[in-house]
Amino acid sequence: MLIRFITLLRETGIPVSVTEYLALMAALESGVADYSVDDFYVLARAVLIKDERYYDRYDRVFSAHFAGIESSLNSLMDSDIPADWLRRLAELQLTAEEKAKIEALGGLEKVMDGLRERLKEQKGRHEGGSKWIGTAGRSPFGAYGYNPEGVRIGQEGSRQRSAVKVWDRREFRNFDDSVELGTRNLQVALRRLRRFARQGAPDELDLDGTIAATARNAGWLDLKLRPERHNAVKVLLFLDVGGSMDDHVKLTEELFSAACTEFRHLEHYYFHNFIYESVWRDNRRRYQERIPLQDVLRTYGPDYRLIFVGDATMGPYEILRPGGSVEHWNEEAGAVWLGRLLQAFPRFAWLNPAPEPRWEYVPSIRVARELLSDRMYPLSPAGLDRAARVLNAR
Amino acid sequence: MQTRRFSGTHRYVTTDDLSMAVAAAVTLGRPLLIKGEPGTGKTQLAEEIAQFLDRPLFEWHVKSTTKAQQGLYEYDAVSRLRDSQLGDARVHDIGNYIVKGRLWEAFTSEVQPVLLIDEIDKADIEFPNDLLRELDRMEFYVYETRETIRARHRPIIVITSNNEKELPDAFLRRCFFHYIRFPDADTMQRIVEVHFPGIKQTLLADALEAFYRIRDVPGLKKKPSTSELLDWLKLLLAEDIDPADLRATDGKGTIPPLYGALLKNEQDVHLFEQLVFMNRRTVR
Repeated sequence: MLIRFITLLRETGIPVSVTEYLALMAALESGVADYSVDDFYVLARAVLIKDERYYDRYDRVFSAHFAGIESSLNSLMDSDIPADWLRRLAELQLTAEEKAKIEALGGLEKVMDGLRERLKEQKGRHEGGSKWIGTAGRSPFGAYGYNPEGVRIGQEGSRQRSAVKVWDRREFRNFDDSVELGTRNLQVALRRLRRFARQGAPDELDLDGTIAATARNAGWLDLKLRPERHNAVKVLLFLDVGGSMDDHVKLTEELFSAACTEFRHLEHYYFHNFIYESVWRDNRRRYQERIPLQDVLRTYGPDYRLIFVGDATMGPYEILRPGGSVEHWNEEAGAVWLGRLLQAFPRFAWLNPAPEPRWEYVPSIRVARELLSDRMYPLSPAGLDRAARVLNAR
Repeated sequence: MQTRRFSGTHRYVTTDDLSMAVAAAVTLGRPLLIKGEPGTGKTQLAEEIAQFLDRPLFEWHVKSTTKAQQGLYEYDAVSRLRDSQLGDARVHDIGNYIVKGRLWEAFTSEVQPVLLIDEIDKADIEFPNDLLRELDRMEFYVYETRETIRARHRPIIVITSNNEKELPDAFLRRCFFHYIRFPDADTMQRIVEVHFPGIKQTLLADALEAFYRIRDVPGLKKKPSTSELLDWLKLLLAEDIDPADLRATDGKGTIPPLYGALLKNEQDVHLFEQLVFMNRRTVR
């Protein structure tokens, strides 16, 4: 009977293997768990689930399977990933008019905060015994398609935690390097960028040196030490946030997370759509703490490798014209600033999370590729590989 | 071999799901992977299991430079070379220059030991892969002496991770997993009582409230955790702080005394002070 449970888990995307299934059987046979659902719940979780990010999904599958609650798998998957919600909320259900309204309310971020508050409240009321999260009606959030058809929030039957809790845990606004979803293959790709150098205290035996020195010493041992090898590559990362990049938040976070663990010398900056005279380091304070790009140009040496991450999808005038920025009046065109960066850091690459076949049809991507002398690569392990080769070229 | 089920000790509070995970790992002889926020007692767990079951504890603390091989053994070629120059008789037996690692020590222990592999995510990305066979079969081969070391008793292995790196699937398959959730207010009260028996109820209630208030401040770089709360309480008790000082009932919002124990970097302290300041202004 458990086979159905396992298949259900696999269908929701939790990686459960035969090994784990057998381990669960062995555990049951050994009698670790008593014959109670609670015990079984905890035991199966310890054996089958290997990452806390699956806990919530597991809970829902568990309750659906064992309490016999009918729930379509689709709704399970949909309500699980808040990033998807954001996208749905922001894109599918918003008209241009509503988008303008969001701006009037103080930007998407604020609306989302409000939405989140509202979710908490709703949960309270729901638990209080009134009804399911309904359409928001007259509230300022009603307009944003915040209704249960699109987004199913917290199945009634789910155990202990509801989707709202998951939502609580995952705030995607700043690219967070603690996100660990599938960073492994990206990390392996980034390894290509490694440049080893020996610096610091000599604490490793230099075998070749020792042999040579010993031979010269007429066979008497002469130990030679040398410093350990470290990855000495320096990386300057520019990340596009907001706007059309919302589609690619997950992928970008994975890259960022992988890069953070791989490089010791990693500096990152954020920009919106294109590079202009200033960038910022903390997304929450992007309006207060701007860093002039001139400072960036001055601070880092030409040995830094420059990596942009962005979909470069915008109006071409945003790149080519002064004052083209969607956010502010820029005295000089984005292309000019990009040119300065490329001159200061001759080893550069642009990683584009948008699928490569689409590039041809977006004018701004064509413009950007021209400016970048065609060094634009898809943000995938394979694309990273190609980028790394260019970045390493002497 | 039947063991009692781990249910916490006089200084460690467990939840039901944690003791179940431990029981399953012990019974089936699988490694137990523990994750959770820093300061929720991941490392401590191994010590407590060892104490509870009365078993020896072997600790292997992993650093960024640690290699899997170091846990098994190291061949000290340099001292052998030196000894050969000095004409030492020991040089003829290569076994004299094999330095045992923590895993080897645990494998050869007289009674079933507890082995802690601490912060496995700190090591190189290939580190867990290099330990697959060792953890699975509990044996490894020493090339220098051509012998296979087998575990006399399958050790109880506890592995902790701080989520800095993704662990490979093949490795995860072999482990049981538990995520230590941040304790809720009730569990926290139990934890505090275990550490400070007879603490004044009013002080505890007020301190806990202040603590959760700080944890709720958005944007903190490092949220204070259980271990920081315990340190802070220790300080409060030592200084004999009046519970009234901890309260913020008038809505003004005060900075709790000795908050240095809770907030660990200057940006957080700064942010917190700013928030309190803003609070005061809006109230006025």
